[in-house]
Amino acid sequence: MMGPLLISLYVFVLAAFLGFELINKVPPTLHTPLMSGANAMSGITVIGALTLVTVASPSVGIVLGLLALILASINVVGGFLVTDRMLATFGGRK
Amino acid sequence: MTITDLTALLALGSIALFVIGLKRLSRVRTARSGNALMAGGMLLAVLITLLEIGLVDYRWIITGLVVGGGIGVAIVVRAQATQMPEIVARFNGFGGAASALVALSLFWLAVVEVPGDRTTADALGATAAVTLVLSVLIGTATLSGSILAELKLRGTMSKDPRVPLRTAVMAGLVLIGLGVGLFAMFSLADTGVAALVVIAVVVASLLVGIVLVLPIGGADMPVVISLLNSLSGLAAAATGFALSNQLLIIAGTIVGAAGLILTQIMCVAMNRSLVNVIAGSFGEAGDVEHGEYGHVVSADAESAAMVLEAAGSVIIVPGYGLAAARAQNAAYDLARALLDRGTQVRFAIHPVAGRMPGHMNVVLAEAEVPYELLFEMSEINPEFSQTDVAIVVGANDVVNPAANDTPGSPIAGMPILEVENARRVFVIKRSLSPGYAGIKNALFEREHTVMLFGDAKEVLTELAGEVTQAR
Repeated sequence: MMGPLLISLYVFVLAAFLGFELINKVPPTLHTPLMSGANAMSGITVIGALTLVTVASPSVGIVLGLLALILASINVVGGFLVTDRMLATFGGRK
Repeated sequence: MTITDLTALLALGSIALFVIGLKRLSRVRTARSGNALMAGGMLLAVLITLLEIGLVDYRWIITGLVVGGGIGVAIVVRAQATQMPEIVARFNGFGGAASALVALSLFWLAVVEVPGDRTTADALGATAAVTLVLSVLIGTATLSGSILAELKLRGTMSKDPRVPLRTAVMAGLVLIGLGVGLFAMFSLADTGVAALVVIAVVVASLLVGIVLVLPIGGADMPVVISLLNSLSGLAAAATGFALSNQLLIIAGTIVGAAGLILTQIMCVAMNRSLVNVIAGSFGEAGDVEHGEYGHVVSADAESAAMVLEAAGSVIIVPGYGLAAARAQNAAYDLARALLDRGTQVRFAIHPVAGRMPGHMNVVLAEAEVPYELLFEMSEINPEFSQTDVAIVVGANDVVNPAANDTPGSPIAGMPILEVENARRVFVIKRSLSPGYAGIKNALFEREHTVMLFGDAKEVLTELAGEVTQAR
């Protein structure tokens, strides 16, 4: 059996290969929306923030976590919305 | 089946949605559905996480999601089409900051706020200790870099000051941040002192982002933002290691890797190398080309409209000036007026016209210009020689013939729209001021070029009016 660190390392390396292979030959039209969509995806850190702000008593740690949750939520919600707005008028209806 | 098994299985579904979504987002026909799939993957990831943490006190969770989501919606609703690139830069900074804050929050909750003296490595394990520092470093540098990129895109900050010994300064800051941070994690048992050292790491990282972006010119901001986006993905992945959250590691790493490839693709489209962009060398050779304009012909909209009325084919070339003047609707009005007369009208889209690759597509799409009228550079370039009039609206460097015929020019070799091959060229521009590359444009001096000075929206509206009346 592999230890948890080794599993994480495997996951990391394989995900990197996947990411490298996923994108090729993007038409220039889509450079900005693709960047914007990928940027929204990097807001995935929202799930990290969710696991931290689970106690009621406010402390420095909770405040930092709450701030992280707010910023990550802005990144996710705003990011996907702005991408959709860019794509709404071209491509999608074709 | 335990809850853990169930959430682990569901996480696979979330990853699948991300991967398929990202793939579809890179093709025009499927792009919008791809974005929706990714959003679905994100929603699933959040639901999985809520399921995993079980019954807890939800007040901060709900507050954070509602406040953050609300602000996100508000920013997008209030944004204008020309501001999209800045918005992406801002969101990117938020994403990086969030990852750094998650790491800091973990550090405070699990180390500083737990009574007793022990090192962070003892409390959280060596992996978490190392990746925590990485997350803070990368995430914070992404934040300061993105803020600076947004200011440069807006034009609030137009100078690109040199930083003496920049590479050494940056390397020094990174090494100090990393070294000091790791020392605090592994050797400082007094958590209060460790916390102070971590704050110092945050300051060093903020400086790294600033030094990185400071000397890079506005024209290269798209590439920089794409690179910062890749970094914010890596920051999320580092956070994933610190929390041993596989979903976070996978999604963050995919963004990191895909973002790097996209950055490379953008560099190729702009005919620049990534090293070149980061070095911030753009425009340094520009002084050579500075110079006064000699023979420049200008005219008013009325006489230009008369030429347009006689034209059989017209190509409109939009640039950042069109987006800045919010003239996309006026441009489409002119196109329709000409189309009504039976004139052939096409829009020529340079891949990097505007502040970001694809910027013109976004702006014209907002005016609902039909996709069939938009042509990419490779399709439209052979057509200019058979075209009566080319109308350049607020574009400069992307139509500068120096890219083809002046080897020493800073933009030499950059693919351009060969506008000068058209029989007549109209250039709608506020003034003769240079574009981003900071160089003179010989096109404006050509015999068949006529400058129509003024605000793009006003000139286009006037032209459309004249053309419509002439029927």
